[in-house]
Amino acid sequence: MKTAQVIMDTGAHAAALAVKSARVDVVPGYPITPQTSIMEALAAMVENGELHARFIPVEGEHSSMAAAVAASAVGARVFTATSANGLLYMHEVLHMASGGRLPVVMCNVNRGIFAPWTLWADHQDSMAQRDTGWIQYHCSSNQEVFNTILQAFRVAEQINIPVMVNFDGFAISHCLMPLTLPPQEDIDRFLPPYEPEWRLDPAHPSSFSNVTNAPEYAPFRQMLSDDIMASIPLVKQAAQEYKDITGMWDGDTIDTYRLEDAEVVAFAINSMGAELRLSIDILRQQGIKAGLLRPRLYLPFPAEDIITALPQNAQVMVLDRNYNFGHPGGILASELKSILFGCRNDITVKNRVVGIGGIDLTRQFMASEIRAMMDE
Amino acid sequence: MATSIKKLPDIEQVLSGNGACGGCPATMGLRIVGKALGSNAIMLLTPSCSVASMGMTPRLGYNWPCINITFASAGSSASGITHALEVMQEKGRLQGELPTVFAWVGDGGTYDIGFQALSGAAERNDNIIFFCYNNEAYSNTGVQRSGATPRGSFTTTTPTGKRQPKKNMALLMLEHNIPYVATAAVAYPGDLYDKVVKAKNIPGMKYIEIQAPCYLGWQFDMPETVQMSRMAVRSGAWLLWEAENGKISFNNPSSLIISGKKDAAPVDEYLMKQGRFNRLLKGPDAESRIAEIQGDIDREIAFIRERAKITI
Repeated sequence: MKTAQVIMDTGAHAAALAVKSARVDVVPGYPITPQTSIMEALAAMVENGELHARFIPVEGEHSSMAAAVAASAVGARVFTATSANGLLYMHEVLHMASGGRLPVVMCNVNRGIFAPWTLWADHQDSMAQRDTGWIQYHCSSNQEVFNTILQAFRVAEQINIPVMVNFDGFAISHCLMPLTLPPQEDIDRFLPPYEPEWRLDPAHPSSFSNVTNAPEYAPFRQMLSDDIMASIPLVKQAAQEYKDITGMWDGDTIDTYRLEDAEVVAFAINSMGAELRLSIDILRQQGIKAGLLRPRLYLPFPAEDIITALPQNAQVMVLDRNYNFGHPGGILASELKSILFGCRNDITVKNRVVGIGGIDLTRQFMASEIRAMMDE
Repeated sequence: MATSIKKLPDIEQVLSGNGACGGCPATMGLRIVGKALGSNAIMLLTPSCSVASMGMTPRLGYNWPCINITFASAGSSASGITHALEVMQEKGRLQGELPTVFAWVGDGGTYDIGFQALSGAAERNDNIIFFCYNNEAYSNTGVQRSGATPRGSFTTTTPTGKRQPKKNMALLMLEHNIPYVATAAVAYPGDLYDKVVKAKNIPGMKYIEIQAPCYLGWQFDMPETVQMSRMAVRSGAWLLWEAENGKISFNNPSSLIISGKKDAAPVDEYLMKQGRFNRLLKGPDAESRIAEIQGDIDREIAFIRERAKITI
């Protein structure tokens, strides 16, 4: 019996190692900071034979997703990665992937959007893809990136919906953290080979995504909407079985910390979720009953789990690393308010936009923000 | 000598009962392509006449698995499919002869919005055949100008006739240093058939452009598609050639025009047959604008004649 191996690695390289462990077939890729190192690592793995796959060095992200979608349509397991404007450039083809029910898995390394130009993290890029019909995970550590990519393939292939695994540029992608690599045989047990129900096959000529009339189009869209919601139990099952096999757990749809008796709840995604644990400890030392609720799954928004987890009469402090243009504050706060309306009138929601374009979010800063929000 | 039309195989990949216009050159060309490729192929299309006419979901008028992909993406999506098939065969998940992967795209999806993805696939020399059926406009959306629309042509977005010459897409593809580039025309089915058979057996990127006169866009009578195509070739407005590993050879009757053994038919005869040049021909500056069009044709002939001399 092989045992897990522990190494020091960056989030980007952890992602590449997970993709290798998933035994993908095709990786189209195009460079963009801070994602580039994932593609570099995968290109090297393919070149030196560590990963039996094809790396397609495409000429842009629109083509990257178009190659991914088409490769998936013939039955290949496909991965790609991008960031910021690369993700925006893909936008049209993201719809093709979800509408076509193709289980592509992609990492988006979160970065602020042009213009003006920034290299650093915020979440405007992935939030702008909210309505593309992709399942979206957001990760708080290098280990979680590794674990989530494997869970993402499983969920995507079970329900034929593409999955985006998001994590912050630099704070996660470029920082070294300890990383536990489960034995390959365990990963193979968790993630069996992809057996598509359908693929483009000359033995069975059929059309894929050609013209429909409303009576055909509408049911396709309804099924997609229903199945995105139906992925929640699969996300939970994947997290649980991954834990049963590897012993590792990052939460399922949500991750919580010191939440049970909390009166003040920090609500945030991605690397903030890791740093906020330390902010919670600071606040607790100051006598404030603080806790954390981090949605690990952003889409579908895990409404039931959030509603159930929030303690009675809690003040929820939403820290949004994005703008909800045309509305005050951020997108996450809007989403939260919409699910609480009418069923949790005991909850107060407060909101700040923080960390835009990579502004550093330290434990002390976030603790003092939360304190200040309490007085508002 | 090109294969005689009487000797083409009986196989039909374009099934009867599709939604194309009568006299549709794209469907005509695809029928010949089907005879050359056979049924073991995967077809990529982008939104265009050929998608609009292949039947509403779930019906399908072509006897291949067909994927309609985002407009800009035929090249890269074909790359995705060919790499996926090859690696799955290496891993033992696919057996037998791999299907031919081909894209069937109009001039808009080739010259304009699809140019980047096509150029990328060509530069990577991915194993696909990219067909452009060139009707010299966005016919499916009701005839707007494209990069393939020739100078002087009326479209709904060039109401006084296009002022710029068309690109020479086939030459641009040749300069990607790919193993095979060819032009064809629906009036010469044997020549098209031979070129597709050749392309099918060459690994790497192949580009074949088929001139496809569209009665709606060009404004001629529906039964005259083949005649229009022939007139274009005889006037030198469309040249038949192929290039294996960069070495150009000309096909009849273009080879006779290029070598000077036969004069090209005067362009005005070809233009007069088409409503799309009508306004120009009736205008006060008709003479100078026809001279411009003739100038474009002469320049293309002169250029490719000299380019063909480079054989290293």
